[in-house]
Amino acid sequence: MTITGNYYLVLASLLFSIGAVGLLVRRNVLVMFMCIELMLNAVNLTFVTFSNMLDDVSGQVLVFFTLVVAAAEVAVGLALIVAIFKRRESATADDLHLLEG
Amino acid sequence: MTAVLFFVFAALALAGALGVVLSRNPVYSALLLVVTLVSVAVFFLMQDAQLVAAVQIIVYASAIVVLFLFVIMLLGVDKAEAIIEPLPGQRVLAVVLGGILLAQLLFLGGRVWATGAPCAEDVCRPEAGGANVEAVARSMFTTYLWPFEITAALLAIAVVGGVVIAKRGGAVTGGEDEPLPEPEEGAIESESAT
Repeated sequence: MTITGNYYLVLASLLFSIGAVGLLVRRNVLVMFMCIELMLNAVNLTFVTFSNMLDDVSGQVLVFFTLVVAAAEVAVGLALIVAIFKRRESATADDLHLLEG
Repeated sequence: MTAVLFFVFAALALAGALGVVLSRNPVYSALLLVVTLVSVAVFFLMQDAQLVAAVQIIVYASAIVVLFLFVIMLLGVDKAEAIIEPLPGQRVLAVVLGGILLAQLLFLGGRVWATGAPCAEDVCRPEAGGANVEAVARSMFTTYLWPFEITAALLAIAVVGGVVIAKRGGAVTGGEDEPLPEPEEGAIESESAT
């Protein structure tokens, strides 16, 4: 039995869906961030899979850009979480309702 | 052999992802995230993307997860995530929507997995026969040179922004330039309660 690219793509869609559901279900902001990382990783897996299927290196270069965006997002996001936590003493998304109408 | 490897690591990746979502303790979530990230790195290796696999381990599985763990330790682990849902039926709806998303992705994939033809050898892989690192580097520093430089600027901005946000956000400055003073918040809440 040979593993074709479709197996990887099915796995990537499973990972992406798990990440999306986790983002909607969990309320701890840190865990929500981890779910975003899961989704980004699923996308990276599809990039590399397509790169392998089409024999094109560009997919792997795009993974680098995704990685950079993820790193920047984590740096700014965690700084925001720390700033919020200093003020509110909790890291739950539902407590951040100052803009609620 | 490859099939066994794939299914073992696919099971590990899915178990890790489910563990991230389901575990109550954020520390376990972060550690299970590492399982998924390393499994994905193995898939990269199986698909001849050695450089990306190494970067995945170095940047994701070590740097980003360590950053997560630092923040968890800094903030203290709040295990008691409230059971009460502010929006009734949110979790059920989320799972249903996730199932719909998965069905859509699989349906879309079942029709067209990959569009376009494999490109010519000398266009996508200049100097074919070189190692994967060489091919990626050649593509990155010729075709994608400008995006690459812009990501450097993005990273610098993100670092500076992170420092500024984390410094100003709390009681570190202690000056009058606090963006959201506490009394106003109470006033807003009492106003909305009336």
